Amino acid sequence: MKPFLLHSYLAVVAARFRMLLQYRVAALAGVATQIFWGCIKLMVLGAFYAVAVTTPPMTFTAIVAYVWLGQVLIGLLPWNHDPELQELFTSGGVAYELLRPLDLYWFWFARTLAFRTAPTLLRMIPGVIFAVLVLPMIGLPEWALPPPASIAHGLMFSVSFIATVMLSCAITILITISMFWLIEARGLSTFMYGVVPVFSGMIVPLPLFPDWMQPFLHWQPFRGLCDVPFRIYSGDIPLSMATQEITLQLLWVVVLIAAGYSLISFARVRLVVQGG
Amino acid sequence: MISGLQLFGRLMLIAIRGQMQYRSAFFLMVLGTLLTSMVQAIGIWALFDRFGSLGVWSVAHVAFLYGTINIVFASVDITARGFDTFGSSLIRTGQFDRVLVRPASAVILVAAREVALHKLGQLLQGILVLTYALITLNIDWTPGRIALYVFAVSSMYAFFYAIQIVRATMSFWTIETLEILNTISHGGMETAQYPMSIYKESFTNFFTYVVPLACVAYFPMVGVLDIPDPLGSTLLTQSLAPLAGFVFFAVCLAFWFYGVKRYQSTGS
Repeated sequence: MKPFLLHSYLAVVAARFRMLLQYRVAALAGVATQIFWGCIKLMVLGAFYAVAVTTPPMTFTAIVAYVWLGQVLIGLLPWNHDPELQELFTSGGVAYELLRPLDLYWFWFARTLAFRTAPTLLRMIPGVIFAVLVLPMIGLPEWALPPPASIAHGLMFSVSFIATVMLSCAITILITISMFWLIEARGLSTFMYGVVPVFSGMIVPLPLFPDWMQPFLHWQPFRGLCDVPFRIYSGDIPLSMATQEITLQLLWVVVLIAAGYSLISFARVRLVVQGG
Repeated sequence: MISGLQLFGRLMLIAIRGQMQYRSAFFLMVLGTLLTSMVQAIGIWALFDRFGSLGVWSVAHVAFLYGTINIVFASVDITARGFDTFGSSLIRTGQFDRVLVRPASAVILVAAREVALHKLGQLLQGILVLTYALITLNIDWTPGRIALYVFAVSSMYAFFYAIQIVRATMSFWTIETLEILNTISHGGMETAQYPMSIYKESFTNFFTYVVPLACVAYFPMVGVLDIPDPLGSTLLTQSLAPLAGFVFFAVCLAFWFYGVKRYQSTGS
């Protein structure tokens, strides 16, 4: 095992971060798309709420917070993986990665952290400005992103959000690691592209799914990506439950990191390097 | 000289044969798009399961809209792939110059350059959902309704194809393909999966009078389904509305020819 040098990993995060912030035009297009989709989702859900016969399990304010947080943080969803790491597997460059004086798992974790957060951060700012400031100004205050239910909810949301980022990175790395065996992660990515948005709550807030599905939805790991932090934010998950929910999130983080870590150690022993 | 349509057909066949060389990759990709395009259907199912109905609209009505629009959108994606990748693979590289010197229409050469067969997965998904809707709804298919449905579907096809042409045309100026127009094409598809009557008025107006999405999808479908339109359109409007799709196509094609005329190569 190689020594854990925190500053080296932080340097990796910082360097990748600066690189990824170069793509500003693509980010702008992404923002417009997010806002458009956010409005459609709100109109659809609003229409269902308007004709609801029984009281839905969430208030519409909680739905609005859920939708907007989801739209601005959509880049965090771990359905794709760093294309440059993919390149390493097809070109055989992965051999060089093994030579670095850093632990491979945490080195990739640092890269992935930047890959997940830099574009999201860039896209988040205009999205939030729109959802918080522009919507009330154009006469749609009921669609605006509300503030957290309370300061305590806001703080709990921040903690839960950190767990979300870790969880997202841990899943992304598992996709990367699968390339040790699959070489090409496109198939797995496609699969994740179907699974992650549904089970995280990005397509429809999870509490709105049928009641018989709720126990399953509660325990699966993808819920920690959207459902938990967003509902803590809006107060739909009360403070008394928040600690428990965050613990579950962190438990999944630990399990998935442990899985990734042992898979990497296992894979590097029997690695076949592509290319010549 | 062979006709444009024959040429289009022949080039498409070549593109399909080329893709079928990678058979297992092809089946995996089809399976993948089938799975990912299911995502939206799952969302709609969950919401109807929770709320029962959407005013006058039942889950089968929405499935009818959803299935139809998915079939059309996937067909456009399959056959308009050449325009989809036009900016990045023909304009940025300067390759379009070579297309222009060939003795055939550039529109056809670009259109038939590539075929996105993996989108068959989405097509299949649309067919499945539409089949469910047809079994549940038991629509009385009078000749008039069949005619309106065919008219609407072809107009929808023209509409979404036209957007791809506009996207490609823009890259004469921007060099790269603009992702921003995805909000109109993909966003339009998602919008039209639900009845237009549930949206805000300004939004519906935009998608009726500026971009005639409602004219090609919503109004004629209301006519076929024979339900009282919450927006208050009559059968006459519903039957004539799809004309807008063909007008839209003509305008977009004119824009393309204008772009070709103004084209200055990027090559050196």
